[in-house]
Amino acid sequence: MKIVVCIKQVPDTNEVKLDPKTGTLIRDGVPSIINPDDKAGLEAALRLKDQYGAHVTVITMGPPQAKVALQEAYAMGADRVILLTDRVFAGADTLATSTTIAAALQKLEFDLVITGRQAIDGDTAQVGPQIAEHLNIPQISYVSAFENHGDHAIVKRSFEDGFQKIKVSYPCLITALSELNEARYMSVMGLLDAHRILEIETWGFSDIDADIERMGLKGSPTKVKKSFTKGAKSAGKMVEGSPKELAIAIVDKLHEKFMI
Amino acid sequence: MRFELTNEDLMMRELFRKFTKNEVEPIAAEVDDLERFPEETVKKMADLGLMGIPFPRNYGGAGGTYWQYINCVEELGVACGTTSVILSAHTSLCAAPIYEFGTEAQKQKFLVPLAKGEKVGAFGLTEPNAGTDASGQQTTAIKDGDDYILNGSKIFITNAGYADIYIVIAMTDRAQGLKGISAFIVEADTPGFTIGKKEKKLGIRGSSTCELIFEDCRIPAENLLGAEGKGFKIAMVTLDGGRIGIAAQALGIAQGAYNETVKYVKERKQFGRSISQFQNTQFVIADMKTKLEAARLLVYNAAYKKENKLPYAQEAAMAKLYASEMAMELTTKAVQLHGGYGYTREYPVERMMRDAKITEIYEGTSEVQRMVISASELK
Repeated sequence: MKIVVCIKQVPDTNEVKLDPKTGTLIRDGVPSIINPDDKAGLEAALRLKDQYGAHVTVITMGPPQAKVALQEAYAMGADRVILLTDRVFAGADTLATSTTIAAALQKLEFDLVITGRQAIDGDTAQVGPQIAEHLNIPQISYVSAFENHGDHAIVKRSFEDGFQKIKVSYPCLITALSELNEARYMSVMGLLDAHRILEIETWGFSDIDADIERMGLKGSPTKVKKSFTKGAKSAGKMVEGSPKELAIAIVDKLHEKFMI
Repeated sequence: MRFELTNEDLMMRELFRKFTKNEVEPIAAEVDDLERFPEETVKKMADLGLMGIPFPRNYGGAGGTYWQYINCVEELGVACGTTSVILSAHTSLCAAPIYEFGTEAQKQKFLVPLAKGEKVGAFGLTEPNAGTDASGQQTTAIKDGDDYILNGSKIFITNAGYADIYIVIAMTDRAQGLKGISAFIVEADTPGFTIGKKEKKLGIRGSSTCELIFEDCRIPAENLLGAEGKGFKIAMVTLDGGRIGIAAQALGIAQGAYNETVKYVKERKQFGRSISQFQNTQFVIADMKTKLEAARLLVYNAAYKKENKLPYAQEAAMAKLYASEMAMELTTKAVQLHGGYGYTREYPVERMMRDAKITEIYEGTSEVQRMVISASELK
């Protein structure tokens, strides 16, 4: 079984602080992590490796610093790691990103592609499904449980109000929810090897077969027009009581704010 | 002069911190309260490769650096003094002397399972009448054919009862004095070897501290570590290394108390403002932080010297002396800044204060460290 896991390095949003004066995000010194949903996807792949001897390749597209995420993936147990990096890829929206990653995947053998559901820095949840479309393979998003059955898998696709149990044959793509599992630690030996032995494969535009017009900023139909920080809202207030008391409390509050 | 950690070191420290936060901190209060040896944590540490960080791969180790091992002891100590000393005693006092003085066969038989964490190690030197004065050893090892027969007892032995492999120091020839002392590798299941009284302690209460009893305990001669008569030297070299571990443990405990205190003084309000806004608090925090960093540099410097095979006995003694006394001072101040709450078990600082005290005592008291430090100055 050959698995390719697509991961993204993201700023640890738990560590991001707001500048109290300007209200903007302080990005300096914020540690980078493997996107949590992607890490669950990686863990799922590593469990398949433990159980069935699957070969796990991890791929990421990003600046050269993203190699740290690949070192971590290797230290957790991945067999092969690939960094997709090129100035041509820079400024990509989800379409250009998925086009690039799909082109790289065409160069690899796989039975299963795993991505995270969405990245905590963008929250689009588009790249995984788009990759499956480019590759013309079945896709199951929001996966919260996964069972391998040889030539097919039984997966649980979770929604806020329910779930679907789906049988899917390989090759396919799944997008993982962080609830799928609890990711393992890096091992000390794996971590040392990731720094001392591992040579990260670096692929640029010339290593994949793709149309340069569809890469990076040029290949991105969506453009960020303006970005701004949402004003901080004050914390909500919880009121307890009978429905009647609650209704009175709400009406009082609305009066107090001159809203009615 | 460089004071930079490599990317490998930084990622390793992150791993230790994450492990400590997720696996060690949540049970630290319970381990203390119930005086429970955290066996499940030791198993998890073994799985990650933490039980043999500085030893080469061919001996079951991870092939990491000495600093990485020391940093692991430190980071574990931030949450739990008990877990920290389990690792330090296992690595510095048992696995290390086998690595440094053992034969190839001894390394394969004993170091490999220790470094893999399949077995836990301990070290027995102290006796009721031979503590700081290690030369007063009463335990004897008499050669008998292909064996040595051990008789006597050891006290205050860390990891005793849970350890599988013990380094035991005993007198093979009393007439030779210090040169009549030898070191042995003793397996826990050897007939004639039993675990005696378990101590009830002020701090590091989850750590198992017991008496070792030897009654006509037959040890194969192949378990002699180094040569006959080299035991005192082996013990002293082992303790030189062990001191860096205890210094790192003290540093970790102090860092833990400091972290708790910074958090608390920002939250605690008196006279209408957080107590962090009072100058007394600010000055205490400044002094704590400064002393922590001073200790850290001493500990890392000693680790650096050992790693690079430079003389380090004096550096290790200075690191242990300063870090342990600093830990006692900082944890006491941490309790003081927490006020009445700090004295209760609702907050971890009282445990840290109790845990800190032992670092001034074991593996050479502060007084012994001062003797070691001044000895080379006043030659």
